[in-house]
Amino acid sequence: MPAAARKTPARPNPARELVFGSLWEYDPAPETADPRLKRRYDLFINGRFVPPRKGRYLPSINPATEARLAEIAQADASDVDAACKAAHKAFTQVWSRMPGQERGKYLYRIARLLQDHARELAVAETLDGGKPIKESRDFDVPMAAAHFFYHAGWADKLEHLASGRSLAPHGVVGQVIPWNFPLLMLAWKIAPALAAGNCVVLKPAETTSITALKFGEICQEAGLPDGVVNIVSGAGETGAAVVRHPLVSKVAFTGSTEVGRLILRSLADTEKKLTLELGGKAANIVFEDAPLDQAVEGVVNGIFFNQGHVCCAGSRLLVQEGVADEVFARLKRRIAVLRVGDPLDKNTDLGAIHSAEQLDKINELVKSGVEEGAVKHDNGCRLPAKGWFFRPTLFTGVSMSHRIAREEIFGPVLSILTFRTLEEAVEKANNTRYGLSAGVWTDKGSRILKMSTLLKAGVVWANTYHKFDPTSPFGGFKESGFGREGGKQGLLDYLKVA
Amino acid sequence: MPRLTITKTPKCYVGGAFIRSESGRVTELKDASGAFFANIPRCSRKDLRNAVEAAAKAGPGWAKRTAFNRGQILYRLAEMMESRNGELTDAIALGGASRSSAAREAAAAIDRVVHYAGWTDKYEQVLGSVNPVASPHFSFTVTEPMGVIGVIAPDEAPLLGLLSLVLPAVTSGNGVVALAGAAQPYPSLLLGEMLAVSDLPGGVVNLLTGFRSELIPAFATHEHLRALSGVADPEERRTLRLGAAESIRRLHLRRAEEPVDWFADSMQGVEEIRALIEFKTTWHPVGA
Repeated sequence: MPAAARKTPARPNPARELVFGSLWEYDPAPETADPRLKRRYDLFINGRFVPPRKGRYLPSINPATEARLAEIAQADASDVDAACKAAHKAFTQVWSRMPGQERGKYLYRIARLLQDHARELAVAETLDGGKPIKESRDFDVPMAAAHFFYHAGWADKLEHLASGRSLAPHGVVGQVIPWNFPLLMLAWKIAPALAAGNCVVLKPAETTSITALKFGEICQEAGLPDGVVNIVSGAGETGAAVVRHPLVSKVAFTGSTEVGRLILRSLADTEKKLTLELGGKAANIVFEDAPLDQAVEGVVNGIFFNQGHVCCAGSRLLVQEGVADEVFARLKRRIAVLRVGDPLDKNTDLGAIHSAEQLDKINELVKSGVEEGAVKHDNGCRLPAKGWFFRPTLFTGVSMSHRIAREEIFGPVLSILTFRTLEEAVEKANNTRYGLSAGVWTDKGSRILKMSTLLKAGVVWANTYHKFDPTSPFGGFKESGFGREGGKQGLLDYLKVA
Repeated sequence: MPRLTITKTPKCYVGGAFIRSESGRVTELKDASGAFFANIPRCSRKDLRNAVEAAAKAGPGWAKRTAFNRGQILYRLAEMMESRNGELTDAIALGGASRSSAAREAAAAIDRVVHYAGWTDKYEQVLGSVNPVASPHFSFTVTEPMGVIGVIAPDEAPLLGLLSLVLPAVTSGNGVVALAGAAQPYPSLLLGEMLAVSDLPGGVVNLLTGFRSELIPAFATHEHLRALSGVADPEERRTLRLGAAESIRRLHLRRAEEPVDWFADSMQGVEEIRALIEFKTTWHPVGA
């Protein structure tokens, strides 16, 4: 081979693009499993489905079609009170007296039943929340079952969590969860709480209560003692009643930093224990030596997974200058073939934006990005006529002072910034009030570990993104909240150490 | 003619130096019999801000020390205290404690320092983890200091109480700004003199004296205090919690209205360290 041919070009050749135009369209491939929805969902209190005392129901809307899916009961303070009393009674009379292994066996049962109902739950989740079926089928539901399976085994081994100290459950735990991963967030909350020996009053998000109330049916099917798990659907007032209730001695909340603050203030005169998992504005950092194909896939997954409705979404791309043009070109090519549309279609990459309100917020922030001088690129795809959708969008020319670089957009919008040195990348990545997660893309193991040490974030993904596991603690630094979920560290938050 | 003794003007240990309050204010400190003992600084909110700045400057360097080195330095602090054990005992007895109970507290305080000196290179192995995830990744969770921690010491056990709160914070590499108990602040001021010769970098531990009513609202709202650890009454706890909402600050508070046995084994150990660290989980790929 002549010497010249062996020389590596300084910059890789741009990858060839395959252009199909409209010659190769996908046929629709909708998931057809029956979600077995009820017309109306009541509150799950003390092992039974009961109507709300005031008789209020609100419709749950399919964000992809704007059609009504079911009516959801709205719990008021008296319903919450009934749920907390049921939980307290179950705690004192049944759950706290039960040997750990027996408690664990209930959790194993629930894990198995989640697996048995997986298809039905996945379809219900997609209908109610708008996420692509491939995500609810392959991620949300299996991961929810995995969380119960993992924590089931802890129930009779709690003494290993803090050796030499005596551990006791808090009693009644009040939990409030968001709409982006309805069933999975429920599992993250309920599984460790029950394994530790607590009883639960959980409020799902008002727009995504169906799978939580279906979970109530699973609790019945598992024969879980009455009152151990109570699900009270409703809006903010219901959540406020749950966290403020005097029988609730520990509060766990996942949601926005703003609501987290409200909860902190509202509990200022109480001694309740609290864990918060709040917002994020994660940096995904691509170094020049990164495997670019993988990095681009990871960046796309990092921001467009679940339409960007993810607190740990990699919403800021920090790319080293030498590869910035190349990465941007590849990203544009990649988003051109992302499929936006019917969430039930197995080929859909981006489903529906969760609500009209959320779509407004995304539009508002995107508008501010344009106004502040960043350059917007989207894939120009056709959006369905009905429902709420947003094209995968990239912003270049973003500076750290732009709102789109500072505020959580919670949508499929990526802000791209560049850096020259590792120090500059760290400085920019940490220049945020949040600190939930970060991504690092490099071929060098020692640099991964150095970056991980320097980044102020609770989770650092190296050459991957959005990896979750029940054994692996998740949670934030700074204004992304405190406490962890998953692993032995997360479980201990559900116990009192004496 | 008897020799005139030199009286001491106790000063606060901040940023590795001994300071008066920038406000120029002092409080008269009397002994148990009511006789004048000394004028001590009545620190202001500005003093608190200066102390936080000093801790923020010194903290990262302290956190970067090896765990072994942090242990060596804490043990050196115990050596410095042991050699002035009698003086510490006198300082505690000044508030009216009997000589024997003051000696018991001084000894317990020194032993507590030794206890934490031994933790510096061990807590990570107890609190951290390797996570057996279901994918080809090496997922591990390590601890990290939070940054600058505000400590609000109790009135009782003037030396042991303060040290029981300060030590778990510095063991893991945090910087500390501590407010000494108002009733008997002198042992804390004396502790500053021992910290100064202990090889602990200046600014890692900063000790203030002053009025709780003036300083607790400032502790509550200072944005660079990442966590607060201390003893507070219901009204103070409310103030601290409302302030914490702004920057989602971590709180590790004990109730002033419930008696605490500072001598108990449960007042020390890895669970106290756990309350003042962050967990960081890294996912590293496994493959060729």
